[in-house]
Amino acid sequence: MSIDRDEVRRIADLARLEIAGGDVDRMAKELSAVLDFVAALNELDLADCEPTSMVPAAASLRDDEPDGRRLTSEAALAAAPERERDFFLVPPVVENVNP
Amino acid sequence: MAHEAVIGLECHIQLATRSKMFCECPAEFGASPNSNVCPVCLGLPGALPVVNRAAIDAALQLGLVLGCTIREASVFARKNYFYPDMPKNYQITQYDRPLCEGGALPVRLCETARSFPLIRIHVEEDTGKSFHPERTGDRPVSRVDFNRAGVPLLELVTEPAFRQPEECGAFLAGLRRLARWLKISDGDMEKGHLRCDANVSLRPPGSASLGTKTEIKNLNSIKGVEKGLTAEIARQAAVLDAGGRIEQATLLYDADHDKLAVMRSKEYAHDYRYFPEPDLPQLTVDAAWVEEVRGRLPEPPWTREDRYVDHLGLPAYDAAILCETRERSDYFEAVVGAGTDAKRASNWVMTEVLRHVNARGLSEREAALRLPAKSLAVLIGATESGRITSASAKEVLEEVFEKGGDPEAVIAARGLVARSSPEELLPLVREVLAENPGPVAQFRGGKQATLGFLVGQVMKKSGGRAAPQVVQELLRAELGALR
Amino acid sequence: MSANRWWGRPATTLAACVARGELSAEQAVESGWEAASTWEGDVHAVAHADATVRARAARTAPPGPLRGVPVIVKDNLCTAGDYPTTCGSRILAGYRAPYDATVIRRLRAAGAVLTAKGNMDEFAMGSSTEFSCYGPTRNPYDLTRVPGGSSGGPAAAVAYGLAPLGLGSDTGGSVRQPAAFCGVFGLKPTYGRLSRYGLVAFGSSLDQVGLFARHAGDVALLYSLLAGPDLRDATTRASPPPDVSAWDRGVKGLSFGWPENLWREGVEPEVVAALEEAAACLERAGARRVAFDFLPGTYAVATYYLVATAEASSNLARFDGVRYGPRAPSTDVWSLYVRSRSQGFGPEVKRRILLGTYALSAGYYDAFYLKAQRARTRIRREYQAAFGRCDFMLLPVAPTLAFRLGEKTTDPLAMYLSDIFTIGANLAGIPGLAVPLGLAGSGLPRAVQLVGPEDSEPTLLRAGRALEVRGEVARLGREHETEFPWPMKR
Ligand SMILES: [Zn+2]
Repeated sequence: MSIDRDEVRRIADLARLEIAGGDVDRMAKELSAVLDFVAALNELDLADCEPTSMVPAAASLRDDEPDGRRLTSEAALAAAPERERDFFLVPPVVENVNP
Repeated sequence: MAHEAVIGLECHIQLATRSKMFCECPAEFGASPNSNVCPVCLGLPGALPVVNRAAIDAALQLGLVLGCTIREASVFARKNYFYPDMPKNYQITQYDRPLCEGGALPVRLCETARSFPLIRIHVEEDTGKSFHPERTGDRPVSRVDFNRAGVPLLELVTEPAFRQPEECGAFLAGLRRLARWLKISDGDMEKGHLRCDANVSLRPPGSASLGTKTEIKNLNSIKGVEKGLTAEIARQAAVLDAGGRIEQATLLYDADHDKLAVMRSKEYAHDYRYFPEPDLPQLTVDAAWVEEVRGRLPEPPWTREDRYVDHLGLPAYDAAILCETRERSDYFEAVVGAGTDAKRASNWVMTEVLRHVNARGLSEREAALRLPAKSLAVLIGATESGRITSASAKEVLEEVFEKGGDPEAVIAARGLVARSSPEELLPLVREVLAENPGPVAQFRGGKQATLGFLVGQVMKKSGGRAAPQVVQELLRAELGALR
Repeated sequence: MSANRWWGRPATTLAACVARGELSAEQAVESGWEAASTWEGDVHAVAHADATVRARAARTAPPGPLRGVPVIVKDNLCTAGDYPTTCGSRILAGYRAPYDATVIRRLRAAGAVLTAKGNMDEFAMGSSTEFSCYGPTRNPYDLTRVPGGSSGGPAAAVAYGLAPLGLGSDTGGSVRQPAAFCGVFGLKPTYGRLSRYGLVAFGSSLDQVGLFARHAGDVALLYSLLAGPDLRDATTRASPPPDVSAWDRGVKGLSFGWPENLWREGVEPEVVAALEEAAACLERAGARRVAFDFLPGTYAVATYYLVATAEASSNLARFDGVRYGPRAPSTDVWSLYVRSRSQGFGPEVKRRILLGTYALSAGYYDAFYLKAQRARTRIRREYQAAFGRCDFMLLPVAPTLAFRLGEKTTDPLAMYLSDIFTIGANLAGIPGLAVPLGLAGSGLPRAVQLVGPEDSEPTLLRAGRALEVRGEVARLGREHETEFPWPMKR
């Protein structure tokens, strides 16, 4: 199993990461090596193994009671890189809208 | 060329729980920006979700009423995509093992009972809200408020069972009524409590295959669903008729301008990378919980409608209006339960009570507090028996809705008991005859309708309290005597 | 080499002295910093510290079993009002959490004083504490070597005496392996026993808060104070945690698994020698050895690197420059995300995010993520079967003693394989205890690992204690006390 340059770029886009031009090949190689290693799993007989998503535990549900540890808007915004009054500020979402 | 549309809907119902889906923040609407937030719904590092039992309960109610199969062990999943109003850049939702599957929503459309099948209903969290594009200084920005982030939603997906936009509108109206009926959502579409996306494709009538579909987002009113779909069907038909091909696309409906816009984000062909949410164990809903919910489900509105027609003999029109809300229909039933004839109760509720509700902007709950069903039954009884006139009855309603109070007390205080003794009414009758020689002559000339006018004049003189039958008899007698 | 005068004493002794007024809480905390004045400049175990903050915390510490006892916690545990919480990453530079993690809340309620935040591999991704934006931590036993990772900071600090207790997080061995490299005890509890609320997530289904201490009894005490259900973490178990107060009861009648096939090749002789000694020691103490073969760890490593990276790719999506953390200047949201994340994450984190994104992406999910989840079931069954034959297993912690700085940073796979003996416990959700076992001829600490079924912490601690008494724990300074004041009369 190997990952090529285009694949690295595709998953980097999905993960919102930029891999510098020169690093793409190296990353492709490293990831391919890990995938080769992971291929060892093909040696295991997994026919009767249901997937585990996590160690099972009985789900405990919460009562519908408001409040708890609500933050003040000041605390909520304290770490905001950019804010305006009580809003977080972000650059616009550029969506190509063609009427 | 003729086309048949194939439409499926994806509806989001915002639940009216007190706290959010996975944290304890209040789920209320209208708080100041970013004040109903906590580490969990703000997606702070280290925070973890915990499921709100009331949201699951609401999903069970809806699922059971619609006849869905309830999955004993359903699974939350992460839907991964980046968006500024998504605090964690993934949404906790359900994917391959949703809580409810199958089922159908019965809808009455143009007097015909229809039933639209569902694929699934699952539980998920809402996103925050972005306001964009707005400008700060000279650069365009979006502002983000996370108060709505984490509010519980039910997503309901239908089979592609619709052929007409009107069916979709009726479905959505039916869904809204049901959500309110169960009191699981306020169902206010303007506030986004009920949102709808649609998939639509065209094919030759009768064909079993499906054409390429487009997705329309933002169909957030019943009119909007109908108009947006009508526009898209027309657009697709025009493309096909011109020999073109439909491109798979996501469209945004702009209700203000009745326009569709093609939406393309820079996101690659969506790859949401769903996987089971590792922060939440599987959701176990045992038979005891299901039965407990089933046991407290109210009679569904469509069953009530049928019962009103089949057992109470009401016209379908009345049944539909009475069952528009659960409060109204409960109220109506209480009036009937207090001994009033069903059709009479229906008339009073549909005309008099609803008139006050609308004119005064009351909620039906408030209206029922001001005029309890028992009191309305008493009032109807008094009118029927002639103890008060219908004019007096309206006066009573006016006062009760205005100031509150017991109708009997109002009748007594205002002296509204109908005056029906001939000794008391005869002088008024004579006065009216004396003052209206013209109409009297006309009546004598054979114009029977004039009698009504004369009755009205006597009623007026009596301040609406004269019993009309007695007045009529006295008038006839007097006119005969005068002859 | 000298450590502080409290080095050999348990945390409980320190707490008892504070309680008796022989020492103020501030003095107790500062005694660790006296040691640090010798060590910290070279070792660099600390990511965040503040003398004023810890003095205030010492003065206001409530009465409790740990009143005045300093604790160093890993930089990925949220602490409010004192230190930043940055996970050793530029993407959280300067970030201060507005809330305490549940384990931190419980620590503070017991009277403990947070004396520092410990250095770590960025987002706990690494086995050497070299991938930190603050620079590497070094092993106090040999400054040319790594302390292990990813919780290398707390491990090294507990080893040199900054604090008798430390908290780390263990996703694939990140507490046990640095504990082994630094010669201290390191416990990865049963999944669901310690709350993860406030632990910045790496692989949610594998992460557990782990404990460092220089004495088995301190591990038991710390476990008893921190374990238990938390309404804010739906993956905690609702039942009460097992009682570990009998940690000093000995191992008579217990049996331990001896899966010798696992260390026939690829394991350093010093590591094997430690295992042999530990086995002999346990046998002398009355435990019985049960030899059997066990599934080789390469499958666990392969499974782990799919599951952990998949979960991490999603867990780390929230670091986007919108609500916290530095933001790269951008004119649209896409470039805001890409630039803030690309500048904020280090290369190892990026590599793992990419791998995890790939394992979950359309077309590959079944072949990678789903297959790994099936393999995980298989691995859990292997452990269940093994524990049908013994009470716990004796295993290496790592195939080597502490390795040199830079030795594995350029070869991700080699680094991943240093977790080959620890990852299984995370995949199976079971506890593992690293027990220090004297020094190798090279002067580096040796250790063994005890792995047991769910909730077997009492058993593991009994065995760890047996090795502590009869074996020889690694030490930098003076003799350690064998007399231990806990459990006290209740
Ligand atoms: Zn919240």
